Amino acid sequence: MPAGGQGNLFETEPFPKAAHRELGNTQMRKNLRHATHTIRDKRLKVVGELPDWEALRDAGSTIKNNSMATLEERLLEFEKNFTARGGVVHWARDADEANKIVTELVKATGSQEVVKVKSMATQEIGLNEHLEAEGIDAFETDLAELIVQLGHDKPSHILVPAIHKNRTEVRDIFLSQMPVVDPNLTDEPAKLAEAARAHLRKKFLAAKVAISGANFALADTGTLGVVESEGNGRMCLTLPETLITVMGIEKVLPHWEDVEVFMQLLPRSSTGERMNPYTSLWTGVTEDDGPQNVHIVLLDNGRTRALADRFGRSALNCIRCSACMNVCPVYERTGGHAYGSTYPGPIGAILSPLLTGIEVEENGSLPYASSLCGACYEACPVKINIPEILVHLRGDDVDAKREKHKLPTQMDLLMKGGSWALGKGKNIGLLEKALPLGRLAAGKDKKIKKLPGIAAGWTQSRDIPAPPNKSFRDWWSDEKESM
Amino acid sequence: MRIALFATCIVDAMYPETAKSTVKILERLGHEVIFPKAQACCGQMHMNSGYMPEALPVVENHVRAFDTDEYDVAVAPSGSCVASVKHQHPYLAQRLGKPELKDRAKAVGARTYELSQLLVDVLGITNAAAQLGSYFPETITYHPSCHGMRSLGLGDRQLDLLKTVGGITVNELPEADQCCGFGGTFSIKNADVSSAMLDDKVKNICSTGASACSGGDASCLMHIGGGLSRTGAKPKTLHLADILASTMEETVTL
Ligand code: SF4
Repeated sequence: MPAGGQGNLFETEPFPKAAHRELGNTQMRKNLRHATHTIRDKRLKVVGELPDWEALRDAGSTIKNNSMATLEERLLEFEKNFTARGGVVHWARDADEANKIVTELVKATGSQEVVKVKSMATQEIGLNEHLEAEGIDAFETDLAELIVQLGHDKPSHILVPAIHKNRTEVRDIFLSQMPVVDPNLTDEPAKLAEAARAHLRKKFLAAKVAISGANFALADTGTLGVVESEGNGRMCLTLPETLITVMGIEKVLPHWEDVEVFMQLLPRSSTGERMNPYTSLWTGVTEDDGPQNVHIVLLDNGRTRALADRFGRSALNCIRCSACMNVCPVYERTGGHAYGSTYPGPIGAILSPLLTGIEVEENGSLPYASSLCGACYEACPVKINIPEILVHLRGDDVDAKREKHKLPTQMDLLMKGGSWALGKGKNIGLLEKALPLGRLAAGKDKKIKKLPGIAAGWTQSRDIPAPPNKSFRDWWSDEKESM
Repeated sequence: MRIALFATCIVDAMYPETAKSTVKILERLGHEVIFPKAQACCGQMHMNSGYMPEALPVVENHVRAFDTDEYDVAVAPSGSCVASVKHQHPYLAQRLGKPELKDRAKAVGARTYELSQLLVDVLGITNAAAQLGSYFPETITYHPSCHGMRSLGLGDRQLDLLKTVGGITVNELPEADQCCGFGGTFSIKNADVSSAMLDDKVKNICSTGASACSGGDASCLMHIGGGLSRTGAKPKTLHLADILASTMEETVTL
């Protein structure tokens, strides 16, 4: 098995515990509900406009499956073409290697500051923290990332990292954290954007080095692409002298033409827009125009490990649109912090364990953080069957724990017993003879209000009706077969 | 037609009336219903909890019970169990390296239908009052369970049938397509999140003024009913099959 990923991919506490805490934060729940429902409705509207949406999803999924099946070849092709155009390719096995490569590249420029284009990959490897430890300041330029950075907070959504904050909270962060800011700043979105713009403009003009992620890499041309809403990314991609991109190896697409499919799928799925305002594509170095030192760090960090899982590998098809989290009822109520990883929501619940290994203690509770309602699968533009992978990973989790445990848990015993009881019609029939006992336990109002052991969670907010006197099976024998 | 009833474990043990209703409807249409007694459960609980080796005997048992020539199609009054038979059984067989079981499971899945699917797609029922004599003089609302709606793609089949029941008023449920929070052992393992989801479902149901919430999955209805009961709310839950089986002569009471 290839090595697992590192960095900001691990839960530090079990999901149910983190979820319990987050559920108590009513302001966050209100903000989240409002934001996710707004994006949901917008997405449905613009998706509905395309008569060939299902065909596009199929195309996206097929292109991705094909590039994953020929990943090595695609990456080598990309390397060749990117290098031919004056770019430099670096390969990083894990977070440590990637962080070291980037740090050395930045140090070689003599600069102690970098501006950043919003990127999940650098988040995943904890690049900002690493740079800080090396005496290099990294400034996030995406508005939402900036809010999170200034607020000393953690992102809680992959597209809208500050989704858990409302505008009043944002104003308070700006007032207390920006070095120069109008003390009468209101929470009007336009005013807030203006304050951020003034703050960032200075950074753009001074920066010598920019660090970005990439939404895709095109193997046949050696091109990289970033899709964004604010244009701040484009500033970073064009003004500095040095541009370093950190990209997960799964982002490579075979052909230039593939962009057509993903540029229809991505904006509609992520922000509910027909098209995002800024799409930047760059192919190596262009003399006298834009950055003259162009690097890419191709990051594995557990991706080849995920690729080795035949049921789980399609999680690598993810284009990070965030549609799955916007429709997820669990995410809606707990927010992104409960998932303890750079990748929250349904995709996070499968991606983190796939990248780092389900047998790692911290990840065991993630695949259970879903009612398997399937809303994520329905929304996913590249048709990742998230519920199926969740169930598959639960199987891996139980298998891994089975090997470690000496004493069986209550759940183990329940499942073993259930396996016997439900493994034969005769056995369930025998057990059903005890139904009148349950009826007795329910008492006069015909409700069971308290269950023991692990089942106690159920009766925390739900009654169980008194069982019937007779099972259907017995009724059938008595009424139908005796005829 | 000879129709095999897959009663599902929850219906068999907790809601025998729903299975009886299913039999009534099909017999009323002139079909013969058989009950393969070797059946027990689809194994969904085991698989969704990650206990794959433990699920194997359950899945094998189901395939054995239904892999016969004694019937034309099988039916279950539960979308999630049908989805499990169709999708999860072949997955489990593949995971545990049992290609022969996979083929048989697929064949069983291919002729297993959820109740509304069978009624609408196979038996051509479009008007419950006219074709089934269904009569239920109450105001209800309807919750489409996730597995039926998404894994099986039932669309509006259940709702359309309910709307054509004699005497019925169907009030639309706000946020109907939102999960009720059951999810099998999810409701135990993540009881807090599940309760928060259930809370919203209960509020939405109460807001419709209906005296009952109907649906096609006994387990979701048990979950929703449990929440309604705990909060002391007035509406009850009632399975789609029970409403369709209700007639002018023999009206089901809430
Ligand atoms: S899993 Fe699908 S829906 Fe979720 S972020 Fe990835 S591409 Fe988007």
